[in-house]
Amino acid sequence: MTVAIEVSGLVKRFKRTTALDGIDLEVPEGTVLGLLGPNGAGKTTAVRIMTTLLKPDAGRATVLGLDVLRDADRVRAVIGVTGQYAAVDEYLTGFENLEMAGRLYHLPRAEVRSRARSLLEQFDLADAGDRISKTYSGGMRRRLDIAASLIARPRVLFLDEPTTGLDPRSRITMWEFIAALVGEGTTILLTTQYLEEADRLADGIAVVDHGRIIARGTADELKAQVGGERLEFTVTDAADLPVLADALSGLGLDRPNLDEANRTFSMPVSGGAGVLREALDRVADRVTVIDVGLRRPDLDDVFLTLTGRAAEVQPDGKPDERPARDRAEVTR
Amino acid sequence: MSSVGMAVADGLVVTKRNLLKIRRVPDVLVFSTLSPIMFVLLFTYIFGSAIPLPGVDYVDFLMAGIFAQTVVFGSSFTGTSLAEDMTKGLIDRFRSLPMARSAVLVGRTFADVGINVVSMVVMVITGLLVGWRINGTVLEALAGFGLLLLFAYSVSWLMALIGLSVRSPEVFNNASFIVIFPITFIANTFVPTNNFPTVLKVVAEWNPISALVQAVRELWGNTSPQLPPPDVWPLQHPVLYSGLWMLGLLLVFVPLSIRKYQRVAAR
Ligand SMILES: Nc1ncnc2c1ncn2[C@@H]1O[C@H](COP(=O)(O)OP(=O)(O)O)[C@@H](O)[C@H]1O
Ligand SMILES: [Mg+2]
Repeated sequence: MTVAIEVSGLVKRFKRTTALDGIDLEVPEGTVLGLLGPNGAGKTTAVRIMTTLLKPDAGRATVLGLDVLRDADRVRAVIGVTGQYAAVDEYLTGFENLEMAGRLYHLPRAEVRSRARSLLEQFDLADAGDRISKTYSGGMRRRLDIAASLIARPRVLFLDEPTTGLDPRSRITMWEFIAALVGEGTTILLTTQYLEEADRLADGIAVVDHGRIIARGTADELKAQVGGERLEFTVTDAADLPVLADALSGLGLDRPNLDEANRTFSMPVSGGAGVLREALDRVADRVTVIDVGLRRPDLDDVFLTLTGRAAEVQPDGKPDERPARDRAEVTR
Repeated sequence: MSSVGMAVADGLVVTKRNLLKIRRVPDVLVFSTLSPIMFVLLFTYIFGSAIPLPGVDYVDFLMAGIFAQTVVFGSSFTGTSLAEDMTKGLIDRFRSLPMARSAVLVGRTFADVGINVVSMVVMVITGLLVGWRINGTVLEALAGFGLLLLFAYSVSWLMALIGLSVRSPEVFNNASFIVIFPITFIANTFVPTNNFPTVLKVVAEWNPISALVQAVRELWGNTSPQLPPPDVWPLQHPVLYSGLWMLGLLLVFVPLSIRKYQRVAAR
């Protein structure tokens, strides 16, 4: 197994914020690593260091054995980078954007042209290729951005939140494009806030929080850390939750969790459909149930278990837009 | 590829990109040519009617000054564009490519020479229409234009550093206007400096813009023996003095800007 990306003890501070607090990573060649974490976790900072855009305060990073500080130029020649915000030149056409990137990788002119055309084709931009990219939708810009980072057939690709801000349909399309790249053997480091995305695209996942890696493994391994399946009920009236707890006592592996705000009851169980049938029998007509089911844990549960808070949504239900700087101070 | 060859090739790729952009967003060009036309007309007909100069028509005296002001403003476009590229994340993309470190800045400053050439052509035509004439050889006339372009080019490297530092095109525009306007006014650009209050007079005499304007006026034969330059070294040796400024600006700001470029972080 060849290691494509190796990172050890990476530390980066910005004034009072410690963006990275000792990160270690190892990405085998030809695999996809998902760097998963909420806003402000340090994902972009890590990517910027690995892609030679930022100098770390401590630690080292190599890409295909090349040190990102000492061999920055050679690293740049073998990587492709798509930043968190689409970096396309709005006043150039899609084709011209790709052509410029290819020329700056010092590829021969003829090769750049044919490669640009085939990438436009591959990313479903062939028809728009000769239009200035200012006219593109968000999803198209993202795809053009990724196409530009692929122009020189990089062996290692960095994608920083490739689907953030895309509508659900564009997101699924983007996943298909990324999955196709994986098929071609490109090593990919991908950051995301979406647990589903890491689950779907990545071979290995590293969960980052406050500049540290708090867990790593495959999606299944991470899910196993959280434990098995859970029995969940949603009821019409929060006052019914204790009634449910009473009716189902003894059925679970642990005490149930009652969420009054969402009127849900959740309890770890084992035994599959049998438990579900038993539970329904016991509840019978005692409370009005909107929804019931057995749920296998997803990565959201993993995050909740590991950090004690949800990954994407804060308790008040708003997406976490607060700068992590504030949060970091609270915990210190 | 040798590193010099690479720097040139990459610089040209970026220049081409910037020129394409100018063609697609012609507003920049329109405004960078409209304002000098406006200045030529306003100054010629308003100031020109009130400022009698011995031995030289005001419009002849004026043109070198307007040219100098215009190309210096033109060089500030470098800063605006770089600030804009920063906010759009393009500088990050460039920095992640295996291209020459100097290329983005070389490509930018080269393209801005193009803008200045176009606005100079428009101004020449406007000037000729309102009665301006060059009284020198073709070579001297061209030397005057060359001096203006070189001066503006060296200033654009200072603008590059500022543009990369402020990171916001709007802030850059406001700041550069506030700075460039007085610098080009406290000089011999529009009126002789003889009657300036003492402090302003000294500033004007040592202002490199004054030397540039004086040099161009002399090359274009737009002066008169009755209007000798003040007896201070910079204006007695205007080509040398403005040339030293250009050299100084380039020596200081080319390396500083390239260094800044290598370190900037978009957000
Ligand atoms: N250039 C910077 N200056 C100051 N603080 C920064 C800078 N870049 C990032 N940070 C801070 O570092 C932390 C990690 O940020 P980032 O790497 O962007 O996180 P993520 O990409 O996971 O959202 C945040 O607290 C952020 O505010
Ligand atoms: Mg980020």
